[in-house]
Amino acid sequence: MHPLIRRVGRFFAGHLDQPLLGAVLLLMFTGLVVLYSASNQSFPRISSQLLNMMVALGVMWVFANIPPHYLMRLSVPVYIVGLILLLGVAFFGQIVNGARRWLDLGVTRIQPSELMKIAVPLMLAWYFDRYEATLRLKNYVIGGVLLIIPVLLIARQPDLGTAVLIFASGCYVIFLAGLSWRVIAALFVAGAASLPVLWSVLHDYQRQRLLTLLDPAKDPLGAGYHTIQSTIAVGSGGIAGKGWLSGSQTHLDFIPERTTDFIFAVYSEEFGLIGTGVLLILFLLVIARGAAITLNAPTLFARLLGGAITLTFFTYAFVNMGMVSGILPVVGVPLPLVSYGGTSLVTICLGFGILMSIHTHRKLVQT
Amino acid sequence: MAELNITPGVELRDAERELHGFRLRLGIASTFVVVMFGLLFARFIYLQLVMHEHYHTLAEANRISILPIVPNRGIIVDRNGVVLATNYSAYTLEITPSKVEHLDNTIEELATLVEISARDRRRFKKLLEESKRFESLPIRTRLTDEEIARFAAHKYRFPGVDVRARLFREYPQGELFSHVIGHIGRISQKDLDRLETEERLSNYRGTDYIGKTGLEYSYEEHLHGTTGVEQVEVDSGGRAVRSLSRTSPMSGSNLVLKLDARLQEVVYRAFGERRGALVAIEPSTGGVLAFVSKPGFDPNLFVDGIDPQNWNELNTSPDKPMLNRAMNGTYPPGSTFKPFMALAALFFGKRTPSQAISDPGYFNFGGHTFRDDKVGGHGYVDMYKSIVVSCDTYYYHLANDMGIDLISRFMGMLGFGSRTGIDIAGESTGVLPSQEWKMRRFKQKWYAGETISIGIGQGYNSYTPLQLAAATATLANDGVMYRPHIVNYVEDVHKKERTYIEPKPWRTLDVRREHISIIRNAMVGVNREGTGARAFAGAPYTHAGKTGTAQVYSLKGDKYVASRVAEHLRDHALFIAYAPADKPTIALAVIVENSGFGARAAAPIARQVFDYWLLGKEPARPAKDDDDAPSH
Repeated sequence: MHPLIRRVGRFFAGHLDQPLLGAVLLLMFTGLVVLYSASNQSFPRISSQLLNMMVALGVMWVFANIPPHYLMRLSVPVYIVGLILLLGVAFFGQIVNGARRWLDLGVTRIQPSELMKIAVPLMLAWYFDRYEATLRLKNYVIGGVLLIIPVLLIARQPDLGTAVLIFASGCYVIFLAGLSWRVIAALFVAGAASLPVLWSVLHDYQRQRLLTLLDPAKDPLGAGYHTIQSTIAVGSGGIAGKGWLSGSQTHLDFIPERTTDFIFAVYSEEFGLIGTGVLLILFLLVIARGAAITLNAPTLFARLLGGAITLTFFTYAFVNMGMVSGILPVVGVPLPLVSYGGTSLVTICLGFGILMSIHTHRKLVQT
Repeated sequence: MAELNITPGVELRDAERELHGFRLRLGIASTFVVVMFGLLFARFIYLQLVMHEHYHTLAEANRISILPIVPNRGIIVDRNGVVLATNYSAYTLEITPSKVEHLDNTIEELATLVEISARDRRRFKKLLEESKRFESLPIRTRLTDEEIARFAAHKYRFPGVDVRARLFREYPQGELFSHVIGHIGRISQKDLDRLETEERLSNYRGTDYIGKTGLEYSYEEHLHGTTGVEQVEVDSGGRAVRSLSRTSPMSGSNLVLKLDARLQEVVYRAFGERRGALVAIEPSTGGVLAFVSKPGFDPNLFVDGIDPQNWNELNTSPDKPMLNRAMNGTYPPGSTFKPFMALAALFFGKRTPSQAISDPGYFNFGGHTFRDDKVGGHGYVDMYKSIVVSCDTYYYHLANDMGIDLISRFMGMLGFGSRTGIDIAGESTGVLPSQEWKMRRFKQKWYAGETISIGIGQGYNSYTPLQLAAATATLANDGVMYRPHIVNYVEDVHKKERTYIEPKPWRTLDVRREHISIIRNAMVGVNREGTGARAFAGAPYTHAGKTGTAQVYSLKGDKYVASRVAEHLRDHALFIAYAPADKPTIALAVIVENSGFGARAAAPIARQVFDYWLLGKEPARPAKDDDDAPSH
């Protein structure tokens, strides 16, 4: 091969991890196929999602080329900026659809909680890396505080889905950073013991919501409607599915938000148990590759960050599929890489970019 | 937590052990991932393999559709059962824009079958701009049977167009109650957001309308009712085959008002073409008997979406018909403030009833001369006479002696400058001037000279007619205050329960009975021998009142001549009154905009209202301005 071509190739692909990229592209392709059906064969939807994907892949490439130690330096400022923006939202945010999530900066509107999805694991990984040699219980407590502040701010907006995801990502970092098993066990016991107390302080309508989760038929017009209809869609898919473009639940408008949060209902109705099995395997491939990269990462920072990104991706997928199939409450979490929408796509690909960077820059650190 | 006890020298952890620990934890996490995915897959197997038949039946063979059944909105009637807001069922022609390819062509073709007016088209266009694409929007309401038949024969040509039976709101009294009852309108995005945060959204499935203003807004939760649910089987074309289960909707509660529709009409006619407001209150309960803001507008225009042309007319009219003058218009009370000032003087011991001044016709303060209306003055004036002849000089002195702090403290107790708590949302507070208020509003200290004109109800004073009426009712009820309320009770039609609004007194004014009697006696004098006497000449019942004039425009020393001032800058006429004088059953405040002296324009309206309420006498024509009435 011509050396110039090789150099150009290395410039563009040098820091991309091929197995990970391959699995990501397969999932994106699946997303486009389902979106075509879910959007009633709307080409504008497809092309706008294609554009989202291009942007996301571009972001992935950029972050794959940033060595992890640069990211390390960014950790604290990004976290602080994110926190300030969250406070800004709490005080000056715009209310869209009943939740205060957006901050209007005059030029553009931003959703700071999206930034925190990366900033929180970044900050925690930096923190534990910094005190790596002398980690004590105190450090874990501080880590917990660094986590809980943004989570509470986001839960208050209210954006339960994002709060859950960020909380999970922080917990993964703390767990991987070696929080003592005894403390973990104690936290579990304390959590279980406080459940009745929590129940007694909840508002009536909050209890009603929880009960609706256990029995969706209680509120068939409200919160239960999504779950009832999506469960029917999944179940009616059977083993082989009804075939692409032939899901009746989908095309008779029974499934709400069927291109975004509930796209998995469309997928499993049309592709059946075989399809859902294949999709689970695709997700597992991405997670396995992420875990392999994490395992071989050279520094504690890279290990914690890689582990958090991988496990958060899993959480995304699990929570979404769990809520569509009726075993988890309906919180607004999209199916990663498959659902329509640019924001979460970019955040996820940014995370994968960091994973790739950890992998392709590992030699630089070791030598 | 053994590491907590390690001494500083050996604090560094063993890197190899740490790495091993990390790998162990990553392994555990990976196992967790696999187990959770296994759980998900088990769920899929359960749904898609084990329960497949069940869900297949639900989804494929007989799809189940969950349909909301919209409840009937509660109706609103006056104290005698006269219907003010009701529902009627009508057929509408509706288009679902997302299912129609060429909207304009479709409408053109529809117009050959069913009459579609220019107003219908404009309204549809406005609805289209405000709606989501998958909503079904009415293009024509109130189809005739013939039109329905004609459309039915051609329905196959119009996919996405349907005839639907819907309930519509109707306000039979038209503009008479526009500012009290308010109106409903199509649910907007803002309403949706509010319903969602209040967790009431699911109760609005299938409902297109919601209360927007007035009682329709304030009592929305009572009026709306509870949405029912029907599970129906639908065939492959989406048509309902049979009903599986049904939870009936619960109709909304009815509102029975304190208002009297006949009295309201009398007030309306008494005003004639003039602008203004009148609030009449039953002093012993706080129930609002009449609540008028003139001009009004036809609330029926809003029911199925107002068209842009009418909307613009209402909004740009110089008469401001959309402004609820009774509770959002704020005016200086003028001399109607004097009885309350006199009561304040008695309360704080600043005057005795017999203490008198000799009125030269002016009051000097800090080099500035405050004039009385009557050149040369009223002579020897005690408290009774000060109210009866409406002597300004007496109140210039009094305001100066009391100071702004005492005045604002007492007027605040009477409810001036704060919301009365009436059961219509959006009431204005007005302005009760005080040192603190001026500092907040203008960042300036209060000047003693500013207190002088406060005493005669001018200056920064600015109150709603509702506040004035409520204060008059308090006076008429010997200091026992009720929150004014329009609704008498809410009637739950299912439980046959009545929930009364405000049956108990709100608070009692801390003023001695005999002090109130002195003021009430003087207000009787106003109508017997003072500024209100001409309007009430020959009335066979006892009555009490006080006239007032509110300056719109300051003439800077020139003499005010009505004919020389532009109409909208002329003074407002005010009158407060109650009757019968000893045991009042009605108290009111009336303002007639740009009509000059209170005795001339406002008092004759009050006379007609009392004549109807106490004698059942209906006026033949609007109250005439009395051009020979005393100028105060």
